[in-house]
Amino acid sequence: MEREPSFREQVNTIYRLLSVVFILCVLTGGGLILLVLKPSSSNVDIAAYEDLIEQQEVVDDNLIENGVHVRTGLVEAEGLMEVVNNCTTCHSAKLVIQNRMNTERWNATIRWMQETQNLWDLGKNQEIIVNYLVTNYPPKQKGRREILTDIEWYELTD
Amino acid sequence: MKRREFVTKATLSSFAVIIGAEIVYGEKLLKGYTPLALQDPDPFKMFNKNPEMVVLNDKPWNIEAQAHLLDDKVTPNSKMFIRNNGLVPENIDAKNWTLTIDGESVVSKKSYTLSELRSKFQQYTYQLTLECGGNGRSEFDPPAKGNQWTVGAVHCASWTGVRLRDVLEDAGIKSNAVYIGYHAIDQHLSRDPEKEPISRGCPMEKALMDETLLAFKMNGEDIPLVHGYPLRLVAGGWPASVSGKWINRISIRNKEHDGTKMTGDAYRVPCEPVAPGEKVKDEDMCIIESMPVKSIITYPRTGAMISKNKTLRIRGHAWAGELEVSKMEYSIDFGSTWKECAVEKSANRLAWQHFSADVQFPKKGYYEVWARATDSRGVSQPMLLPGWNPKGYLNNACHRIAVKVK
Ligand code: HEC
Repeated sequence: MEREPSFREQVNTIYRLLSVVFILCVLTGGGLILLVLKPSSSNVDIAAYEDLIEQQEVVDDNLIENGVHVRTGLVEAEGLMEVVNNCTTCHSAKLVIQNRMNTERWNATIRWMQETQNLWDLGKNQEIIVNYLVTNYPPKQKGRREILTDIEWYELTD
Repeated sequence: MKRREFVTKATLSSFAVIIGAEIVYGEKLLKGYTPLALQDPDPFKMFNKNPEMVVLNDKPWNIEAQAHLLDDKVTPNSKMFIRNNGLVPENIDAKNWTLTIDGESVVSKKSYTLSELRSKFQQYTYQLTLECGGNGRSEFDPPAKGNQWTVGAVHCASWTGVRLRDVLEDAGIKSNAVYIGYHAIDQHLSRDPEKEPISRGCPMEKALMDETLLAFKMNGEDIPLVHGYPLRLVAGGWPASVSGKWINRISIRNKEHDGTKMTGDAYRVPCEPVAPGEKVKDEDMCIIESMPVKSIITYPRTGAMISKNKTLRIRGHAWAGELEVSKMEYSIDFGSTWKECAVEKSANRLAWQHFSADVQFPKKGYYEVWARATDSRGVSQPMLLPGWNPKGYLNNACHRIAVKVK
């Protein structure tokens, strides 16, 4: 389901985009907003937009919903913010979440990024980050070949 | 749910409806990630990809196909996987683009504009199979590092350009030349201008092959930006990372090229086989050259249910790196018996070959159709995962689809 980030994942980014668009809308005439929005959707009203303005500080970069950090998709657990702050600036958290390793291999991967990819010294955060990763994203045993799963059955008619 | 949140959601979903698109990855837009004409933050629209393509990573962009999407004989852009190591370049100026040939082993350093390349050298068109070295990585146990590709990091498009050989010979190749290394304009993820995200290459022998192209067209059109516009090195049959995108310089080296991702464990496997999970020293890792024999069933899509007594037509493609596929087989009983099926000759060397078969099932029930290709040296695909390696390259285990007969 990677190609369709959950609605929550989008909330934050959409929200920020919205704010920009909203300002533009105000500039082009507040009255117009209602006219444009009303016919397309029933649950949008000007009050919602006003509410949005107020929310600028509520929906922030670190919003957590249902145990997931909305902006990055990382699960909420001890060490989350250390991971968010150190591991999601160069590449997205999707690359982190895809990978499952033990402590030793995570430390080696971090060392590789430090030696070759400009990752900075993590100090005491390294242990916190690695603990977070091995605890929340443990490797899954697959053996030499897995069975086929998640098959979507359909009638083949031709 | 708090009222506020609800209102936000309702508003936002309506907003998405109003502008007629999902606002995915809006973050990139706001951070100024707006490559040339790519203001649309939806990757499927931005890169013209089929909506069934799967995004593995959104920074850098890594997107793969699913088996059934690869059914075309020549892969269209919409179904070609994307593997990026860095950031997609912005503001490309093809008019003033130059390719420089330099390095220890060039006779005279020389630069060419794109129109000079076009007018000075003869053009060739080849269908070339490009497979990511890490295609199939997701199956390794213990897990291997990197993007977790399943089966869709392969394509065979038609590439048009000039032979790398003709250009290198025009600049002059010294007798001590060993390797070529490419350089490109994409930016490192850390945005450090001193760092190259990737700079790989190949031995002279591969560089001088007829089919090794400096391509400016893909499937008859300008190469799409994300696939290397305006100039891409295309070296079919080798890990696709040899086929550098956005190329502006090629160095003729007097030693093995030592650019980014040529060294360490990148695109290398243990020189001698290791046990799963074993630590391997850098000096015991060897560069991957030709990709191994492999095949994929592209029709039907896995999960087909058919009625008893019906024949199932299957088809797909097979390729074998530098070699040819000489035999294609399928099994409906987990390898207890194999049936040989037709496999066409390739359109040209290094293009994938198409196979098809009419499959009959003896009774109702759950089946898997497994496909197995054999190369011209008699080497076949394994049914189980091949040798474990730290970065999970070269998984050429047989592809299979699930079928139910009712
Ligand atoms: C300074 C930039 C930077 C930072 C910060 C960074 N990385 Fe990376 N990381 C990279 C680059 C560049 C790659 C290679 C990306 C590619 O090949 O697609 C990478 C690759 C990876 C990979 C895949 C490894 C492989 O062998 O392909 C993982 C896993 C990873 N990073 C995890 C992390 C974690 C965990 C952190 C936080 C401690 C982190 N990264 C912080 C630059 C960075």
